[in-house]
Amino acid sequence: MNQKEFLDKVMPFKDKVYRLAKRLLVSSDEAEDATQELYLKLWRNKDKIDGYDNVEAFAMTMTKNYCLDQLKSKRASNLTLVHSNYKDKEISLQKKIELKDSTTLLKKLIDELPEKQRMIIQLRDIENYEYAEIAEILKMEPTAIRVALSRARKTMREKFTKKQNYGII
Amino acid sequence: MELSKIEKLLEKYFEAETSLAEEALLKEYFSQEDIPPHLVPYRDLFVYFNQSSTEVAEKEIVLPQRNHLLQWLSVAAALILMVSVYSVYQKNQREKQEARLAYIETTRALNMISQNLNKGNRAIVKLETFDQTANKIFKNNK
Repeated sequence: MNQKEFLDKVMPFKDKVYRLAKRLLVSSDEAEDATQELYLKLWRNKDKIDGYDNVEAFAMTMTKNYCLDQLKSKRASNLTLVHSNYKDKEISLQKKIELKDSTTLLKKLIDELPEKQRMIIQLRDIENYEYAEIAEILKMEPTAIRVALSRARKTMREKFTKKQNYGII
Repeated sequence: MELSKIEKLLEKYFEAETSLAEEALLKEYFSQEDIPPHLVPYRDLFVYFNQSSTEVAEKEIVLPQRNHLLQWLSVAAALILMVSVYSVYQKNQREKQEARLAYIETTRALNMISQNLNKGNRAIVKLETFDQTANKIFKNNK
């Protein structure tokens, strides 16, 4: 496989890799680095890629494993994460401030979820994967995914409405 | 879409029983501005999801390049390697040849020395006989 064929195959889901990495690692810089690192890994394994029917799911699994490893080694070395770079894109100008607040809050609420639920929310509610695909990426049973997803969505609803009612962020 | 249908879908959504198509309906419904107040928190949620899915990685992926300079460099390196291996081999052969010549020279020289030493030995033997004879004569004369 030459470089162009490789890029044609793996570039379409680059942003999904990046977004999953960012969901787990939180900072955009680290997510960018992780994405670069993953694509290098994919490039080194390019001969194996042909053997996979679903390269995207394979890449997403690699992303998940890589980021979880990163988090583990970070925790081991006792480094604290600094979340400093939120880049929120505006939707409607009028609602800008109000939405920015709820966006920040929702992001924070997702960050507070356990890693597995965070990944499931990311893959289902943001990337719109089918349960079967999520099962392949996370190596989990579809029923377990549904249970965790329902739990995550309810937790978010509960915390979000609570904070909104009290007006605390 | 009717409100009751949306509320039912929301209920299903939180039980994780909605299909992707139904979730798309929800996202579409909540992307409009006009929403009953009690559903506003849900709008924020679905708007956030929609928004998050548009985020892109800014940095370009850099893959190791195989450029022409590198290829030529590797050809040159291979050539240099071959030439140097050959010259070392040549030098080695020359040294062997020289060593052989030196060996022959040395054995010849050593042979010469031993021949001359033998000559000297013979002279010493003669001297000894002279000494003995001389002793005999001097003793006899006493």
